[in-house]
Amino acid sequence: MFLQKQGCEAHTDTGMEGNDTSMEHYYQPEIECASQEQIRAWQDERLAKTVKRVYENVGFYRKKMDEQGIKPEEIRSVDDLHKLPFLTKDDLRDAYPYGLLAAPLSDCVRIQSTSGTTGRRVVAFYTQNDIDLWEECCARAIAAAGGTKEDVVHVCYGYGLFTGGPGLNGGSHKIGSLTLPMSSGNTERQIQFMCDLGSTILCCTPSYAAYLAESIWERGLQNQIKLKAGIFGAEAWTEEMRRDIEEKLGIRAYDIYGLTEISGPGVSFECSDQSGMHINEDHFIAEVINPKTGEVLPDGEKGELVFTSITKEAFPLIRYRTRDICILSHEKCSCGRTHVKMTKPLGRSDDMLIVKGVNVFPSQIETVLLNQGYPANYQIIVGRKNNSDTIEVQVEMTQEMFSDNAGVVAEREKKLVEALKAMLGIYVKVSLVNPKTIARSEGKAVRVIDQRNLYQN
Amino acid sequence: MTVKQISVFVENKPGKLAELTEYLQQHKIDMRALSIAETQDFGIVRMIVDDAYQTSCILKEAGYVASITPVLAVEMPDEPGSLFQILKMLGDGGVNLEYMYAFLTPKEATAYMVLRVADNEKAMDILSKKGIRAVCQDAIADLW
Repeated sequence: MFLQKQGCEAHTDTGMEGNDTSMEHYYQPEIECASQEQIRAWQDERLAKTVKRVYENVGFYRKKMDEQGIKPEEIRSVDDLHKLPFLTKDDLRDAYPYGLLAAPLSDCVRIQSTSGTTGRRVVAFYTQNDIDLWEECCARAIAAAGGTKEDVVHVCYGYGLFTGGPGLNGGSHKIGSLTLPMSSGNTERQIQFMCDLGSTILCCTPSYAAYLAESIWERGLQNQIKLKAGIFGAEAWTEEMRRDIEEKLGIRAYDIYGLTEISGPGVSFECSDQSGMHINEDHFIAEVINPKTGEVLPDGEKGELVFTSITKEAFPLIRYRTRDICILSHEKCSCGRTHVKMTKPLGRSDDMLIVKGVNVFPSQIETVLLNQGYPANYQIIVGRKNNSDTIEVQVEMTQEMFSDNAGVVAEREKKLVEALKAMLGIYVKVSLVNPKTIARSEGKAVRVIDQRNLYQN
Repeated sequence: MTVKQISVFVENKPGKLAELTEYLQQHKIDMRALSIAETQDFGIVRMIVDDAYQTSCILKEAGYVASITPVLAVEMPDEPGSLFQILKMLGDGGVNLEYMYAFLTPKEATAYMVLRVADNEKAMDILSKKGIRAVCQDAIADLW
């Protein structure tokens, strides 16, 4: 363990003159600022060990590697990583629930699960050590946002199966900050605690942060809050939104990235430079590939992000395709950290939407429509109103669904809304439209209109 | 005994109802009665027209979702209390109304109430025993 709770001063020779961020805080400076050679050495050793372990313990990996004629001994360093096959979300689904477990179940202490449906749900397992390492990753993110044991960390990510709440909560504990496990919702109480207990670091989705900011201004409480920073993740947000939140709350807003499959939030996080997220490379090896060919791309090129977890005991994933499109950069960062930086996700290589922090696949909506007797002719319109995501499904009215009684039609519509909520976990507005009004394009139908313009290229 | 009500699905957006009525005008459809039930995102236009068959054909041609529902169009004197008399008869007889709307004709002092009930026959039994009459579809055109 490299527990060092106090922040240490950054290498201040990087031209951040006159900026109060020159007092950079780290949670594990000897790791976060290690030389790239040192990071590489950790990765080589841990990768070889992990591959050997999954080959021995997980039938799924053994079979996949045997099929391709790869022996675990061949994987000696990161240079050999490309020889290993990719792992996809479908693989995870097929292996549900225990198929990828690499440690005895008796050693596991926790599961977390992705948002989404039964069909798409992924369950990740954690040993106590996995939890500790994950929480350390989150602690690094909180420290990078300026967090110390003097801080009051206000966590309004959801708690439960969702990794957001537990991850940041654990990270805050590691730092030794006073942790407010608020969970999501109940804005009135959020604001009251924020004022009464002097929350200094806010952790939630960016859209909820924007909503909280508005609510605080509406109540005229902007001078009653003591927030200095926010750590906002689980959905895409723009620079405009960052500036808006920073101004309204008088804070610096930092992005954080992660996915349940790999651990949860804290796979990467932003530093004071606010120009990309440092990937915790001592735990995760990142690659960017061409999503069509699988070819590994060099730094600076846009492609699909692939992760290999090299310290996980229970649920190590080898070359997991995230479907997030981004760019990696090893350029020196003003914060002093040496770990590779990734851009905010610039898009997806599949059709998954993230709405209110929840993963939504158009196919899930289609399934519900068909189950409820509606035609598979639909359009999904995603927007953002007052910094909060909205999702609407337009469905064409059919002769079968029609009735001269408006109550009957409205009741059917209500049932559809309920079924969508059960499938996705969020409210979806349903609009019945006239037949033949949803454009039928030749070939691939345009099912999704995303009006949020979240991805900046 | 019944008249054929045409019900049409219309999105609750500006111009949609105008579009429908323009289309009906182009086909010289004459409306006798009209009522609209609306929700936030759609409406159901119910109408009694001179030629129900033709109307339903042209609506389908244009891609509208529409249906024909047999409803009762009962006669009553155009004077205070006559609606109450009819509703009391139906209420006493245990008949529930789904919806209703009225129309007048230029002839005589007669008003017509369009009634949508689950069981037309039962409702008509009750009403006809008290001397209330309903018009049939063929008679609709002659009311003007």
